[in-house]
Amino acid sequence: MRRLATLLAALVTAAAVLITSPGSALAQPAPKTSLPDVEDEVMCVECGTALNLSQAAVADQMRGFIKSEIAKGRSKDEIKASLASQFGDVVLADPPRRGFNLAVYIVPPLVALLALGGIAVAARRWRRAGPQPEPVAAPALADADAQRLDRDMAAYDL
Amino acid sequence: MIAAAAALAGLLTYGMLAKGAGSTFNEAVVSGKRLPAPAARLPMLGGPVDRNTTLDAYRGKVVVLNLWASWCGPCKDELPLLEATHKKLASDGGVVVGINTKDLIDGGLGAVREYGLTFPSLRDGDGAYARALEHTGVPETFVLDRQGRIAAIRRFPIDQEWLDAVLPPLLAEPA
Repeated sequence: MRRLATLLAALVTAAAVLITSPGSALAQPAPKTSLPDVEDEVMCVECGTALNLSQAAVADQMRGFIKSEIAKGRSKDEIKASLASQFGDVVLADPPRRGFNLAVYIVPPLVALLALGGIAVAARRWRRAGPQPEPVAAPALADADAQRLDRDMAAYDL
Repeated sequence: MIAAAAALAGLLTYGMLAKGAGSTFNEAVVSGKRLPAPAARLPMLGGPVDRNTTLDAYRGKVVVLNLWASWCGPCKDELPLLEATHKKLASDGGVVVGINTKDLIDGGLGAVREYGLTFPSLRDGDGAYARALEHTGVPETFVLDRQGRIAAIRRFPIDQEWLDAVLPPLLAEPA
């Protein structure tokens, strides 16, 4: 019985050490995101392309930072916020919806609305102009001309 | 329609002129003029982000202003020379000031520890100040006279020879 209790105590201690040791996989928080998930929403600050397309030295450094943050259990939004606090909003592929950045979200729909309005006005004007006049029929051939045409046509083997 | 066409033509013309204009600071230095360095209001690397420092704090000193980043190999290569220059300038009325640009804070601080840097560095995370200096990359070095005007520019790594040619005449100028 005493042996069993000792064995159980050893097992509990070993499990505790395994869970709490810094190098243990069990001590790592579960990742909330992945590198590819963050990479395509972040810009390389030096080259101005999406991070997942950049091979620049700063991009490698940023990827290393993202990996370390993922390992700490940070979410995608937390990692993006941390990058923005260090590099400014230029590091975000989608600029935040405030200040001048609002233009990115407002101008395209506004232009589309104006274009639709223009098309609607033009269509109404065309409709008001009424139906197009029927094409005027060509005048009938004179008898002499009709006979000459028949002769000419007969000369061809159609 | 005419107004839109005129605006487009104006934009294209501006784009062509702006692209062909080159660097204002380079041209000024080449022609012997000294333009004031752009005003900087930046936090210290490793300091509180809401407390800004300006270059005016170094007015009256000859300033070796160096744009650097920890991910840039040539930048790190010249850090020991900059540190030695900073120590040498201390008694001559000069100072080296780093502009840690487009860098992770931990990366910048790591380089400060690794190279034992004692000269101050300002944080330019989004690169706005580097753009104001019309930078083309890193490292770049600007030497400011005692009035805060750009007297010399090096758009690639510096060496002792360049510093020896540039600094003594500026240090000899009155404050």
